[in-house]
Amino acid sequence: MAPSSELNCLTISEAAERLRRREFSVLELTRACLERIAAVDPKLNAFITVTEEEAMAQAEAADRRLKAGAAATLCGIPLGIKDIYCTAGMRTTCASKILENFVPPFDASVIAKLRREGAVFVGKTNMDEFAMGSSTENSAFGPTANPHDLTRVAGGSSGGSAAAVAADECLGALGTDTGGSIREPAAFCGVVGIKPTYSRVSRYGVVAYASSLDQVGPFSKSVRDAAILLRTLAGEDPQDSTCSARPVPDYERGLTGDVKGLRIGVPKEFFVEGMQPEVEKAVRAMLKQYESMGATTREISLPHSSYAIACYYIVATAEASANLARYDGVRYGLRERAEDNVELNEKTRERGFGAEVKRRIMLGTFALSAGYYDAYYLKAMRVRTLIRRDFERAFENCDVIVTPVAPTTAFRLGEKMSDPLTMYLSDIFTISVNLAGLPGLSMPCGYDANNLPIGMQIIGPQFSEEMVLRVGDALERSGAATLRRPAL
Amino acid sequence: MNREGYEAVIGLEVHTHLQTKSKLFCGCSTEFGKAPNENVCPVCMGMPGVLPVLNRHAVELAVRTGLATNCEIAPRSIFDRKSYFYPDLPKNYQISQYETPIGKGGYIDLPGHGESKRVRLVRIHIEEDAGKNIHEMNSSLVDFNRSGVPLVEIVSEPDLRTANEAVTYLRELRSILRYIGASDGRMEEGSFRCDVNVSVRKKDAPKFGVKTEIKNLNSFRFVEKAIEHEVGRQIKVLEAGGKVEQETHLWDPEREETRPMRSKEFANDYRYFPEPDLPPLVVPTAMVESVRRAMPELPAVKRARYVRDYGLSGYEVGVLTAEKETADYFEAMLPGLTNVKMAANWVMTEVLRVANESGKAPPEAAPAAAEVGTLLRMVEAQKISLNAAKTAFAAMCTSRKSAEATVAELALAQVSDEGAIAAACAKVIAEEPDKVAEYRSGRDKLFGFFVGQVMKAMGGKANPKMVNEILKKKLAA
Repeated sequence: MAPSSELNCLTISEAAERLRRREFSVLELTRACLERIAAVDPKLNAFITVTEEEAMAQAEAADRRLKAGAAATLCGIPLGIKDIYCTAGMRTTCASKILENFVPPFDASVIAKLRREGAVFVGKTNMDEFAMGSSTENSAFGPTANPHDLTRVAGGSSGGSAAAVAADECLGALGTDTGGSIREPAAFCGVVGIKPTYSRVSRYGVVAYASSLDQVGPFSKSVRDAAILLRTLAGEDPQDSTCSARPVPDYERGLTGDVKGLRIGVPKEFFVEGMQPEVEKAVRAMLKQYESMGATTREISLPHSSYAIACYYIVATAEASANLARYDGVRYGLRERAEDNVELNEKTRERGFGAEVKRRIMLGTFALSAGYYDAYYLKAMRVRTLIRRDFERAFENCDVIVTPVAPTTAFRLGEKMSDPLTMYLSDIFTISVNLAGLPGLSMPCGYDANNLPIGMQIIGPQFSEEMVLRVGDALERSGAATLRRPAL
Repeated sequence: MNREGYEAVIGLEVHTHLQTKSKLFCGCSTEFGKAPNENVCPVCMGMPGVLPVLNRHAVELAVRTGLATNCEIAPRSIFDRKSYFYPDLPKNYQISQYETPIGKGGYIDLPGHGESKRVRLVRIHIEEDAGKNIHEMNSSLVDFNRSGVPLVEIVSEPDLRTANEAVTYLRELRSILRYIGASDGRMEEGSFRCDVNVSVRKKDAPKFGVKTEIKNLNSFRFVEKAIEHEVGRQIKVLEAGGKVEQETHLWDPEREETRPMRSKEFANDYRYFPEPDLPPLVVPTAMVESVRRAMPELPAVKRARYVRDYGLSGYEVGVLTAEKETADYFEAMLPGLTNVKMAANWVMTEVLRVANESGKAPPEAAPAAAEVGTLLRMVEAQKISLNAAKTAFAAMCTSRKSAEATVAELALAQVSDEGAIAAACAKVIAEEPDKVAEYRSGRDKLFGFFVGQVMKAMGGKANPKMVNEILKKKLAA
């Protein structure tokens, strides 16, 4: 990014180093972020809740720890947290009316980890309601605008986190990715985002959308920062039995800049008609750049890609229909007055959920219902296996796969709201990665004629985050992928 | 109403709490009787974002249950979500096992049913319990203490034909569960409850009739009455030329009848699908084998052994083995005793009497079994009389002192001093010349009177055998 003297414009690695040198305090850094939020967020709406008081208290504590020495890298780093993470004593809305005033009594496991390291939380970021959407327009708290063009979407569902990082409202942020919800907004906002391997990061305390697809991941201004954040987030959690016990590599130390001999697969199915020509051009330019750095590219095939979206909308909505059943007005959140419990459920859910959430609950309920289960859910599970195998086969001939993140750059607010099926196509290149449980990195790789960021996706085999980050970092170091600071 | 010519077909679904300290998917206590919502956490309350973590001890108890009922244990099973909306179900889905239960294809042989009656089991699966609705005035409250308590559901084939068989099956199943420590079987606390499927058909009809399900019966008496009532009701419908509707009924214990639930309450499509938050449950063969090796003697085996080794009657065996605590107590009394029958009688009369009176199990209600054994050995050795033993037992129930100490303290030891007994006999004979004359003229029955008088004179402690011998001699003289 263009250099800026503002503290809130620093990357995490820069800020961490300068905090250790006592060039400035965490309080100053945090204040810079909060001031930036006050200045630009009325235009962006990247935050649902700004947690100023907590942030200042965390900052003071972080300053004390830094003074005492031996603090972790993330100590004192201001972060934005997608409003899908449970944060003890801090409202967690999931951008839904039904949880508008929900204050969890516990922290998500990754939130607890970040607290232990001394990170500072500046607020809870906007998102599509229950992470359902690709534009952050499905938020009960209004849409988030793209910092590069306020008339355009930030992407979704983690649009608030992506926009907040792009607009320097915080140094990094957490998102979740079920079908592309980290990578697509990262691409639209011109920042880095990574969805790790399914099970690499604990999901405990992250409000579930589709349990077998959801994965936690960071947004940042550099690939190095993504490595730093992921190093802390990843790892076994006794509270999440689907979370892997594999040891976590030091992703930051793995950033060697070396891609010599790297075999890059380029799936022919991902360069489709209807794609914005500038997107294809930018990604192809990066492939050339990699070749110039000693990597080779080859065409590969992922033959079942065309079924990914259909498969995803069965699996994800089926799981969502069960995951969202708990919002019934009985124990927490919104409750409508009613005569009996059936009416209580009906009225509460009718008023509490937005249109897209209702659409997906109904779709999932239908896909699981008696007489349709085999035709939809079971069939989708079989397709999912085929998609996973496509990738396994592809990785026999290449180390990573490079694709565009989305077929277009950020579209206009309201443009696709009336046509959910068109909206679903925004995630066409990211969804199969979730179905296969693989890691995928999204990073900026150019700009279109309107100065809107274009995103490139690097996909690796399971648990290959170290390599994926190295490959992304190498491109960043080469200077080929220039990041532009939005003019706000 | 004419029941002749009809046959009932009954299948049972039993839900029983597994005796774990913590819940199935979180660390909350399972202790019964706490204040409402005291044993709860975000996980068992179904808060947003929480995830289940399986309790391995519950799995072990489920495996034990499966093995004790002759089931095959699935080496790999999965959990499913069963969806339905109900205020006491926090997630509005229950984590259960559907396609792949942990146990399959077992059976239970019913005791005391002539030639052995075998009830086949369809399946045993693990699931979590729901909370409890409490309706007060015009509001409803929910207590989630029970939410997430581990359950196994044990589903029988429709192999039962009478209410009595159904109850026998339930008693036997409950006994097995208690023997293996899988469940406390407390029906009044809801830790052992039962749904009944009942249909009737003409005897020898090849097909089953249409069944109704009676939900949530929590006493043997209700099971028996509900089945009797439902069988009668269905026969009445059929006799009148009607059709039995497939319905879910509730038992109304006040009116002693079953009545259909409102359709709103049970019109469910459970939409089962594999629980994505839990990896498949793998039970290694080694674990199954170690559970099998650690399995205690089951009721049926114990009953056979008591008959074979102790020569006890079927009735006696039934009483002694009904509860594991009773059988354990009985067996702990036996070392050093030759008269097992006396020990059995003692348990059935003295021990179970104090147990029933106090409402506690034998080990808490009665003195230590070993001490009671000692008491009975003293009777066998004629050191004390049976009556003295009863006196000592009563004292020991409260004092908890040893048998030896109690007998000494209460001076219950038998007097076998020949001189003292002879003197007492002589005194009685001297005091009752008329009775002696009658006896000598042939009224043998009066012998008992003399024994009684001598015992009375000696404070009940005289060795009865010696009293008999000496009296006989003296009266014959």
